[in-house]
Amino acid sequence: MIEAKHISKFFSDTMVLNSISAKFEKGKNNLIIGRSGAGKTVFLKCLVGLHEVDDGYINFDERDFSHMNRKGRKEIRKEMGMLFQGGALFDSFSVEENVMFPLNMFTQMSEEEKLERVNTVLKRVNLVNANKLMPGELSGGMIKRVAIARAISNSPKYLFCDEPNSGLDPNTAGVIDDLIAEITEEYGIVTIVNTHDMNSVLKMGDHILFIHEGKVAWQGNKDEILLSDNNLLNDFVFSTELTKRLKKQ
Amino acid sequence: MKLFYRIGQYLLLMKQVISKPEKRSIFFRQLITEFYSIGVDSFGIVAVISIFMGAVVSILVAYNLDNPLIPKTMIGYSTREMAILEFSPTIISLILAGKVGSSIASQIGTMRVSEQIDALEIMGINPANFLVFPKLIAAIFINPALIVFSMAVSIFGGYLVGMLTNLFTPTEYINGLRSWFDGFTIVYALIKTVVFAIIIVSIAGYQGYIIKGGSIEVGRASTKAVVYASILIIIFNLILTQLILI
Repeated sequence: MIEAKHISKFFSDTMVLNSISAKFEKGKNNLIIGRSGAGKTVFLKCLVGLHEVDDGYINFDERDFSHMNRKGRKEIRKEMGMLFQGGALFDSFSVEENVMFPLNMFTQMSEEEKLERVNTVLKRVNLVNANKLMPGELSGGMIKRVAIARAISNSPKYLFCDEPNSGLDPNTAGVIDDLIAEITEEYGIVTIVNTHDMNSVLKMGDHILFIHEGKVAWQGNKDEILLSDNNLLNDFVFSTELTKRLKKQ
Repeated sequence: MKLFYRIGQYLLLMKQVISKPEKRSIFFRQLITEFYSIGVDSFGIVAVISIFMGAVVSILVAYNLDNPLIPKTMIGYSTREMAILEFSPTIISLILAGKVGSSIASQIGTMRVSEQIDALEIMGINPANFLVFPKLIAAIFINPALIVFSMAVSIFGGYLVGMLTNLFTPTEYINGLRSWFDGFTIVYALIKTVVFAIIIVSIAGYQGYIIKGGSIEVGRASTKAVVYASILIIIFNLILTQLILI
């Protein structure tokens, strides 16, 4: 479990996160939602340690990550996988090399074992015969799938996804959502997804955290979100004409 | 104040860069790649510039030798001294600051803006060490080789002038080359080269690493890397010459 307690973050004098507390459980799809600029990405980057928190702490299975030294963090980071918005694949590496990279760095596996693991995870994300392709030759959906494969290649305990659907058509976005949900259940990992795609929210939101102006404005799940009387949440969820009409009906 | 902030930021980055690599086998693989991209890829441009520069220096010295009491062997001697003391270590390092420095800054900068550096960090890898350290070590070893090569080629450029024109004879040139040679000048040139190599890679790595923003910033970082490295090379050239030769 990942627990964030009273997380605050400032950029100069601007408070971007204001005492955010949340618990993210194993085997669940934990979604962070909110408008652009609400602080979702900053919160996610605080969770993974790319931003230092100014107040509060973050526990990874009772281990205080936010006050750890670099060496301690390194050990926890070996248990993390992250899917970045743009994929963040290494340009000069092929698909196979990208997925194999964490294995090369942190395992003592033989070349055969590593290749077998790479092929297994690539098959898991429905990418076969793509081993030798370079990132420049991949479509948006394929990039995300390779990034997922790289994130799970070293069997992480925690998976972070920053807007996994951005720039994808609805069908491909659905495929990526399904994949993340399946992997979360199959591997029993803590998954935290940062998104503002309502399809993803309604499809996979086991635990949803709604952030508004740096504060947690609502928490619940996909069944509760449509019935909530929280105005801020309703303004966000039912922001289009179509959803507004559906809500009235 | 900003200057002190930048210097502090640079030193902190260098502290991260100069640490034990995560995995030795991966480090050596990267080192070979960097030897190739920093060194082998630069031999062509170094050869072209050196041969022409050596030729021009010998012509200029020959042109200025209008006193019949000064022997023509001075042409070979002067060309050699110019190449070893100043032209090869300093001018070639300035050329490398442009070629290698801009390439390093834009490569690391692009990795920063496309979140590849964040991805490395999330994996528990020290990105500064992983990206900059192999380049630094490669440059420290390959740049002296490039400079020695440049010395040889520029001296040969002067020899070609002797062969192709009648400004001086090849024999006079070779006799000049053999005159008053002090081996320490090579040591001095190599010390300078190593310092310049550290400047080129560390400044370019720093400029690429601290980028915030998008692709326009990558271009700016690349330009800054070349400008700052060139200025520092010129300054350190003066300091090192004063310290080592005087």
